[in-house]
Amino acid sequence: MSVKQISVFVENQAGLLSEVTTLLADNGINLRALSIADTSDFGILRIIVEDVEKAAQILRDHGNTYTVTEVLAVKMDDKTGGLAKILKVLADAEIFLEYAYAFLLQKPGEACLIIRVPDNDAAEAALAAAGIGIAKQEDLF
Amino acid sequence: MTKYYQPEIECASREQIQQWQDERLVKQVKHVWDNVPYYRAKMEAAGVTPEDIKSTADLHKLPFITKDDLRECYPYGLLAKPLDECVRIQSTSGTTGKRVVAFYTQHDIDLWEECCARAIMAVGGDKDDVCHVSYGYGLFTGGPGLNGGSHKVGCLTLPMSSGNTERQLQFMTDLGSTILCCTPSYAAYLGESAKEMGITDKLKLKAGIFGAEAWTEEMRRDIEKSLGLKAYDIYGLTEISGPGVSFECEAQSGMHINEDHFIAEIINPETGEVLPEGEKGELVFTSITKEAFPLLRYRTRDICVLSREKCPCGRTHVKMCKPMGRSDDMLIIRGVNVFPSQIESVLLAQGFPPNYQIIVDRVNNTDTFDINVEMPPEKFTDTVREVTAMEKELVAALKAMLGIVAKVHLMAPKSIQRSEGKAVRVVDKRKLY
Repeated sequence: MSVKQISVFVENQAGLLSEVTTLLADNGINLRALSIADTSDFGILRIIVEDVEKAAQILRDHGNTYTVTEVLAVKMDDKTGGLAKILKVLADAEIFLEYAYAFLLQKPGEACLIIRVPDNDAAEAALAAAGIGIAKQEDLF
Repeated sequence: MTKYYQPEIECASREQIQQWQDERLVKQVKHVWDNVPYYRAKMEAAGVTPEDIKSTADLHKLPFITKDDLRECYPYGLLAKPLDECVRIQSTSGTTGKRVVAFYTQHDIDLWEECCARAIMAVGGDKDDVCHVSYGYGLFTGGPGLNGGSHKVGCLTLPMSSGNTERQLQFMTDLGSTILCCTPSYAAYLGESAKEMGITDKLKLKAGIFGAEAWTEEMRRDIEKSLGLKAYDIYGLTEISGPGVSFECEAQSGMHINEDHFIAEIINPETGEVLPEGEKGELVFTSITKEAFPLLRYRTRDICVLSREKCPCGRTHVKMCKPMGRSDDMLIIRGVNVFPSQIESVLLAQGFPPNYQIIVDRVNNTDTFDINVEMPPEKFTDTVREVTAMEKELVAALKAMLGIVAKVHLMAPKSIQRSEGKAVRVVDKRKLY
């Protein structure tokens, strides 16, 4: 039960990130969560949106390089130790974490951790065994 | 006092040089006709036989040889001697991954080294000199050529090869190097490094022989100042022999072509027509003494002017100016020949679109080499690890093809500059010509 994340290739040049976000904003795409990974040369903008197909279409129409990836949206308590608990489960299960980023949900006390792992099913099973739930795309909006 | 390695040749009368060229050309054409079926077929197609070539006045009747011919004939197609008479190969990078391989008999090596010996003595070198050779040794002709020339002169030869700048400077000061042979950009770098290490006043250099890449008069002054020497140019190409096809003398005003071995012509690169002496055009060489790998009318693609003005050094051989440009798209970066088509083939092989831009500049007298490459959607992934690995793989593949390292920049698709619909593939900011 993964969610779809859109990753956009962004050159490391002034104004280029703003170009992408402006493009999405102008087309009414609201970003629920985002993270930016950067090197000295390029960056990768990762976003979670409600209408993935529409956002992808807009990016494609404007010649952007992007990819859609299945990631896990792990339900997290908005309190001390919330993140540590999830990471401990993954570490104990020896699941390699490529990257992660967190954001708060609308409902007070609820947060979400987006994780990118090699095997979504294995991670989901390990988390479920520890009583940690996984959110669906629509749960995030 | 002007010094010569072979004064009877270097200062021979024009009539004598002409006679050598006529005799040797006739002999060479016969040698090639008899031993190189590929070129013989070219001559037959052009309706020329060895009997038609009676002197240099008939040279224009012969067909040209180009880099494409060399590529097509790789490796043995232009060999004119049995392999058991050959003792060496040297090589240069060529397009589409195929190298150009040149063969030498012992006699060829001797003559080549004599040409380099002439170059060393022309800058004042003699047997009491310490000749520091920092050209690369190996397939590249720079190191072996000047090394051999230095031996012939009788200098104490330091076969340093390139790299390890600290050790270069240490030997230079400890052993008192007096003549430096390397690329001009490396000479400039050595000068900078000597300054940083505070050892400039310990250097005993008096002359430098710098070639294998284009350099300006401004760069000459910089190097002369930083290393405290007189800087001289040398020209050559592996196809013809290597460095020493021509060399600068004390006059520092053009390079004397060793006309007893090489006949130079200037042609119109568009039509192939021979231009009158003194006009600007593409330089074409015929090697008239080479045994193993004799090339008749090889098109260098270098744009040049020849001059027969009397030289104060006393040498009578024709002078060529520094090449003023290319009639093809070859770039010389850090002394290495780079064709945009090579980069294109690597990109395609690695799954990148062939839309790229090469940016060459010279910063602190050293060439910088950047390639902007478009990131195709098919290859893009969401992890930095994978994209960086892709970039590294591309850099390694480019290095394997070109022999030098390029800095690769991944760009968004369609972001690479196009002018009037046509992409600008090369931006050379060096202003060398």
